[in-house]
Amino acid sequence: MSDLASLETEILAAVDGAADEAALEGVRVAALGKKGSISELLKTLGAMSPDERRTRGAAINEAKDRVAAAIADRRGVLRRAAIEARLSRETVDVTLPVRPGPLSEGRIHPISQVIDEITAIFADMGFSVAEGPDIETDHYNFTALNFPADHPAREMHDTFFFNPKEDGSRLLLRTHTSPVQIRTMISQPPPIRVVIPGRTYRCDSDATHTPMFHQVEGLVIDRSSHFGHLKWILEEFLKAFFEVDHVKTRFRPSFFPFTEPSMEVDVGCRRSGSEIRIGEGDDWLEILGCGMVHPNVIRNCGLDPDEVQGFAWGMGIDRIAMLKYGMPDLRAFFDADVRWLKHYGFRPLDLPNLLGGLTS
Amino acid sequence: MKFTLSWLKDHLDTEASLNDVVEALTMIGLEVEGVSDPSAAIKPFTIARVLTADKHPNADKLRVLTVDDGRGGEPVQVVCGAPNARAGLVGVFAAPGTHIPGTGIDLAVGTIRGFESRGMMCSERELLMSEAHDGIIELPADAPVGTSFADYLGLGDPVIEIAITPNRPDCLGVRGIARDLAARGLGRLKPDTVEMVRGAYPCPVPVALRFPETAENACPVFAGRLVRGVRNGPSPKWLQDRLKAVGLRPISALVDITNYVSYDRGRPLHVYDAARLTGTVHARLGRAGESFLALDGKTYAVDETMTVIADDAGVLGLGGIIGGEASGSTEATTDVFIESAYFDPNRTARTGRKLGINSDARYRFERGVDPAFVLAGLELATMMVIELCGGEPSEAVMAGQPPVVVKVVDFPVSEVKRLSGLDLPIAEVRAVLEALGFGVAGFGHDLAVTVPSWRPDIEGKADLVEEVVRIIGLDAVRSTPLPRLASVSAKVLTPIQIRTRRAKRVLAAEGLVEAVTWSFVSEAQATLFGGGAPALKLANPISADMSDMRPSLIPGLVAAARRNADRGFGDLALFEVGQIFAGDRPEDQSTAATAIRRGTARLIGSGRHWSGASGPVTVYDAKADAFALLDALGFDVSKAQVVRTAPSWFHPGRSGTIQLGPQTVIGHFGELHPAVLEALDVAGPIVAAEIILEKIPQPKAKASKAKPVLAASDLMPVRRDFAFIVADDVEAARILKAAEGARKGLVGGVQVFDVFRGEHVGEGRKSVAIEVTLVPSEKTLTEEEIEAASQAIVAAVSKATGATLRG
Repeated sequence: MSDLASLETEILAAVDGAADEAALEGVRVAALGKKGSISELLKTLGAMSPDERRTRGAAINEAKDRVAAAIADRRGVLRRAAIEARLSRETVDVTLPVRPGPLSEGRIHPISQVIDEITAIFADMGFSVAEGPDIETDHYNFTALNFPADHPAREMHDTFFFNPKEDGSRLLLRTHTSPVQIRTMISQPPPIRVVIPGRTYRCDSDATHTPMFHQVEGLVIDRSSHFGHLKWILEEFLKAFFEVDHVKTRFRPSFFPFTEPSMEVDVGCRRSGSEIRIGEGDDWLEILGCGMVHPNVIRNCGLDPDEVQGFAWGMGIDRIAMLKYGMPDLRAFFDADVRWLKHYGFRPLDLPNLLGGLTS
Repeated sequence: MKFTLSWLKDHLDTEASLNDVVEALTMIGLEVEGVSDPSAAIKPFTIARVLTADKHPNADKLRVLTVDDGRGGEPVQVVCGAPNARAGLVGVFAAPGTHIPGTGIDLAVGTIRGFESRGMMCSERELLMSEAHDGIIELPADAPVGTSFADYLGLGDPVIEIAITPNRPDCLGVRGIARDLAARGLGRLKPDTVEMVRGAYPCPVPVALRFPETAENACPVFAGRLVRGVRNGPSPKWLQDRLKAVGLRPISALVDITNYVSYDRGRPLHVYDAARLTGTVHARLGRAGESFLALDGKTYAVDETMTVIADDAGVLGLGGIIGGEASGSTEATTDVFIESAYFDPNRTARTGRKLGINSDARYRFERGVDPAFVLAGLELATMMVIELCGGEPSEAVMAGQPPVVVKVVDFPVSEVKRLSGLDLPIAEVRAVLEALGFGVAGFGHDLAVTVPSWRPDIEGKADLVEEVVRIIGLDAVRSTPLPRLASVSAKVLTPIQIRTRRAKRVLAAEGLVEAVTWSFVSEAQATLFGGGAPALKLANPISADMSDMRPSLIPGLVAAARRNADRGFGDLALFEVGQIFAGDRPEDQSTAATAIRRGTARLIGSGRHWSGASGPVTVYDAKADAFALLDALGFDVSKAQVVRTAPSWFHPGRSGTIQLGPQTVIGHFGELHPAVLEALDVAGPIVAAEIILEKIPQPKAKASKAKPVLAASDLMPVRRDFAFIVADDVEAARILKAAEGARKGLVGGVQVFDVFRGEHVGEGRKSVAIEVTLVPSEKTLTEEEIEAASQAIVAAVSKATGATLRG
């Protein structure tokens, strides 16, 4: 074997034997560095005859290329091995539990969610949202709404009052959201299309009543809207809200001081045990009250009931929330038990809209 | 209001079934609340005769019967254990498959000790008729075998209960209900049978009205008549059955007659034992100090707001509400004075409420009885007294006049279509109104409609539309899409509504759970949080815990946290967005967004974890909630001033107020004051942040939705750290502000990355380390420029705070 061949064999063996990149670099410098063994051989070419240089030079350069390639290969191998070793060192127990993020912990109360659902539906039908104060006057809460002077609702038995003022008047906590109908009609000209969600109060506290509850009211005032339109709106709303394709409704004549004619609306349902399914079955469930706005109410707002007309409806937000989402007890809505809130509440980004269905 | 089907048929000539009647009632606004058919449970039971009764060969106490069930087939074999079972007995038979109400079991064909039993002879207990179970029911030998036992008992009269809305006093009598049903097409209203009774002699009992001019409407008419020589005993079975069916207790014929007329015609009456009356029977206002023993056994004190019936000896009873014990009729009554009067609805209602008396009379008078039926009611009662108790009637006497007002409503038929959308022929509209007793005059489209005296609720056109539509049926109205006002709906929420909705979502996204707590808190809670003003106290709170309108959402949330902690859930983060009250005017109500955190419920999570425990909540958690909220609501938080002047319910050293200036406070955050927590009886730590949504300035409306062009430099920013030694009370905000202002346009941001106190720094001092980012705008910064900027920063901070650069 020539010297060159044995040198090459020796170097290649050293390359193979290099345990890490530093050792490999040492081999490279020893062979191919400025003073490396192959570099030194190349320097000897200058002293040779052209013929000898041609054959000898080619041989040395070929050996150099082979060594360089072997080093590159070996470097690749060593790199992969080093990464493997590092990855192995870095391995962790991925079954350890992570902390839940705030989006998993936070909840929206069902009342807020249902108000958002109602708003989404009526916004699509062109309704705005109107609001008013919780502390009301007798005028807005009763008189303007055509309650007779002696109506029992005006008694301390039913309504929360504040202490009388010096002039004898006394404020109260609104017993329904209807005062906002009056506030709306006196502050903006028809056409009016509003929904009015809000807190309402009555002196009532038992298994199915709480002294504070939530109502949503609707009001349409213009020159032509009649009971047929009211029927359509409510049917469309009930379908959209309960997310069913069909809903049966039954309108029954009833009585409220502020509407004439007045109706109560039953919705078709199926009862099985404690569960109520809207949109199925042959039972009826009373769900809301409505009617054509009473001419006296229109007049009390400075409008002419022969010129403008319209309708209003009202229902319990807590109640329709219970019907849709199955909470058995109204009182739990206001108890703030985190177990209840986490169970019946909604996730922060569950934003109701009509694009993907209210509850998608 | 309760009535029976047969009672209804006294007034309504109809072939309609019970179901049709019930359905129609609900659909015309007389909502059926319940139907009880007392015969329903025993309908399948029939009358049967025992043909043979032999001792059971395998059992001492049993007999094997053959029974004729009246169906004409083979005799039925029944095994029976009753001691009285014997041949010839006529009793009540249940066929296999019958539900036995007394045992709750559906009867099946059985084999008892080797003998098949294909039915049962029943005891009274098995039919829930009584507790008797000694033997099987024995009927008279001539009881018709094969017929329904229910029919045999005469139980076939279903009871219907309807809810009467306050506008329909006319339907507090069966005849009024019949009229509505007839108008609906369920039959024909039978002619009225009330006739004038000819009096045989002048009424010896004088009557009078004695009211001041200001109270003449309290009782505008008072009529009566004497019937002498009556025999008052139990009323006949048919009358007792009807009263019992509607839940009334039969008392005596005279009293039962008044109750009957009350339910039959909605016309309350009263009967007096004439022997117990003194002088003139009159209606007047009560006087302070008067009282009487009423028929309910209680003594009531009357006053000058109440209408009483009195004689010359004193108060007899309360007009339109309840009669007195002393003048009431008894079994011994021979001469009866019958009263029929009209009492003002409002005064009747007020008196009834004041005294807490709920009577059938009050129920009717306070809704308004038919003023035109005062005398007719008297005639009807007289006819019944003569028929049931005998006696001789006097002429009627009457003081005052019935307050009958003839109301005529101009009614263009187009109103029906205008309000209901229902397009009806004029003739149909007329027919409905006439069937309901309205007088209809006029031709063509414009009608003049006379309101019947029994309908005080009808005031105008809208009421007539309701009458027509409810009788024709609301189902007849077609659903009509409401035309859109715009093709794409415009924005429907106000700025504060948008903020409210967004605030809820942001706080939930911060890991807080939304609660809805009462708008009222206890006086103590209100006072602790700056409330408790007299104007915001309820006059009639439902409990002492709910007496004052809340001045802040914090007390309600803290109370909720306490309840949860008591249940074992102490680490919790709650929020509420809702109304708070600074006064009783509408503008005093504002919307607070409030977050509280208790225990270790921090943003990163709560409690222990292998990655590190979260530690107790701090003022900075509350501050982070407040700033996250403000930022999400579009408020530039760099504009907010944070000052140490939070209200008294916060820890004075660990709380802050967020404001734009002293006059524009947006909210507060901090640890709650230990004394407040103690007063609320809850353990801390609890931190809270409360932002008043109305106080956040509304951004100015911009002409364009386009955002300004982003000026992002291609040049590398440079970061330099500075550690300052300052007095302990120097606020970080001052250091930051000085550093930010040192080189406007060059300083792009300042971060505090370390705050340190300790021996190295010295007593009463601290080290605050900041990282300043310098952002070159045109060319890369040279070392000289960076050095110059650094010196400017050090100088500015030193000048503002007395800081020295840490060596």
